[in-house]
Amino acid sequence: MLETLLMQWNYLVFVMLMMTGLYIVISRRNLVKKLIGLSIFQTALFLFYISLGKVAGGTAPIIVPDGAESGVLYSNPLPHVLILTAIVVGVATTALGLALVLRIREAFGSIEEDEILAMKTKEDQESRAE
Amino acid sequence: MSVFFENLPALVVVTPLLMAAVTAVMPARLANLAWMLALASTATSLIAAWLNKAAAGGERISYALGGWPPPWGIEFVTDGASGLVTVVISSLAFASTIYAKPLIENEIAKGDIPRVYAAWQLTVGALLGLVMTADAFNLFVFLEISALSAVTLIAMGAGKDRRALIAAYNYLVIGAVGATFYVMGVGFLYAMTGTLNMADLAERLPDVTSRAPVYVGMAFMVAGIFVKAAVFPVHMWLPAAYGFAPTAVSALLAAVATKASIYVLGRLIFTVFHDLGEIVDLMLEWVVLPVSLMAIFVGTILAIWARDLKTLLAQSSIAQIGYITLGFGLGTSAGISAGFIHIANHALIKGGMFMAVGAIALALGKRAGIGTIEGFGRLMPVTASALTICGLSLIGLPLTAGFISKVYLVLAIIASDYWMIAALVLLSSALSLIYLWKMMEALWMKPAPHGVIIKENPAVYLPLWLIALANIWFGIDATLVTSSAEAAAAALMAGAGS
Repeated sequence: MLETLLMQWNYLVFVMLMMTGLYIVISRRNLVKKLIGLSIFQTALFLFYISLGKVAGGTAPIIVPDGAESGVLYSNPLPHVLILTAIVVGVATTALGLALVLRIREAFGSIEEDEILAMKTKEDQESRAE
Repeated sequence: MSVFFENLPALVVVTPLLMAAVTAVMPARLANLAWMLALASTATSLIAAWLNKAAAGGERISYALGGWPPPWGIEFVTDGASGLVTVVISSLAFASTIYAKPLIENEIAKGDIPRVYAAWQLTVGALLGLVMTADAFNLFVFLEISALSAVTLIAMGAGKDRRALIAAYNYLVIGAVGATFYVMGVGFLYAMTGTLNMADLAERLPDVTSRAPVYVGMAFMVAGIFVKAAVFPVHMWLPAAYGFAPTAVSALLAAVATKASIYVLGRLIFTVFHDLGEIVDLMLEWVVLPVSLMAIFVGTILAIWARDLKTLLAQSSIAQIGYITLGFGLGTSAGISAGFIHIANHALIKGGMFMAVGAIALALGKRAGIGTIEGFGRLMPVTASALTICGLSLIGLPLTAGFISKVYLVLAIIASDYWMIAALVLLSSALSLIYLWKMMEALWMKPAPHGVIIKENPAVYLPLWLIALANIWFGIDATLVTSSAEAAAAALMAGAGS
């Protein structure tokens, strides 16, 4: 059991990274740290896909020049292409998140969730009292 | 012309996406032109979606994007289900765009207006793409485009109320976690089957011998979509997001945003995973049904407690999403068609109600709450009566669209022998009467404030009345909706391969 797990250590790394990222997203109170956690979480997913595509002993999937030996073993290129897209999505998410944090800093003067939530709760009560 | 007709499925999605790029670079002085372009692109989408649905005629039409044949290329599928949902989304998007102009001018800084319309069209285009695509990974991309552009739109509410920023941030983070869960599930399925095309997945999944990874993948995908569709208990982002977004944006998102994700949920469960056997029935019975019931009650009770009208409507949306997933959870074709009927009707109801509340807030100059709208029935009779019609439709009064939804849902529940659930649904309808009554009492029964005269703006109340009348029309002659919904259920149940 342990041996099979260690043989597939790349998946272990993926699970650990993913859980680390998710834990940061949930537990940290600093909005920038939350985004860092989110990035780690998404990056772990990229590793998962890249691991899926790797064929043991396989080479890069490029066209073999004429005369080369046939039957070359390739890694699966599709997961890499998918992850290229996912990386773009991840970058966009982080960029938008950071832009929002900047605006939150301007509007609330803080990027600590506790302080912001305290201000928000106060405003919620004020608008309820109206 | 033939090029136009051959590429209808792509046009539905691509028109708003391309037009978004054009509006994004327009200077502030062309704000009116940006609005016109948004109107034109949503109108084109609507016409294309309508023609496309008519051309399919309930059959399954496959469109290979870029000429790459499926399963290698990305496939757009038009069938009873996606045809109906694209028409619902594009028509509500069109109506919201007509309505948006005065509200966006009021709430958003002039320099930002063209870019707001860009994000607006991106949201619409991505939601339509979400519905049309038959490629599991491409679905993720559309999911994220729609989420990121919706976050941008929600954050624009910060001009009026800074709490919009927190709502947007939370939606971004929660949504991104949900979407990542979804892609992880797709990865598991891809590892086991070697395909991303939904029809192909449906065909190959039952033949996979080691089922554990498939089940894990399914769980991740369904959980991810739950987040996006704001199904209880992962709905936490929705009330704040709809509550603090600019009014026009709330109307658009409430009408269309979660509908696309709920449709995806149906497509995954009933087309992709359906042939996996017992596990799907177990999931429907022990996950989807209970969470739907909880959503209905939690949403309704929180709506009764709310005082701010937009928050009230957003909480009520949680409950209404529960009705749709409840229909899906029955797993019968009657239940699924009840779900689709409510997808269409709830889009009309909530779109109309958010528009009306927005119109009141525009006249009021601040957020509309139960305490601040007292007597507004006399001050704004045109808007208030449209709000009343949509509200009656929400609780399911006969002769309104909401009644049709409730009848079909309850009949489907009884047909599946869940008497208890049928009773609970009726009870929840009675409870929703309470929050509607709170609004109606404030609107009509209280004296109007002295010395206030409000001139109602036709640009605001015309699209609103269009939707209110649609609520009545589809309550009297529901055949269009019900027959489309039955075709949609049949299309999902038929699966792709079998």
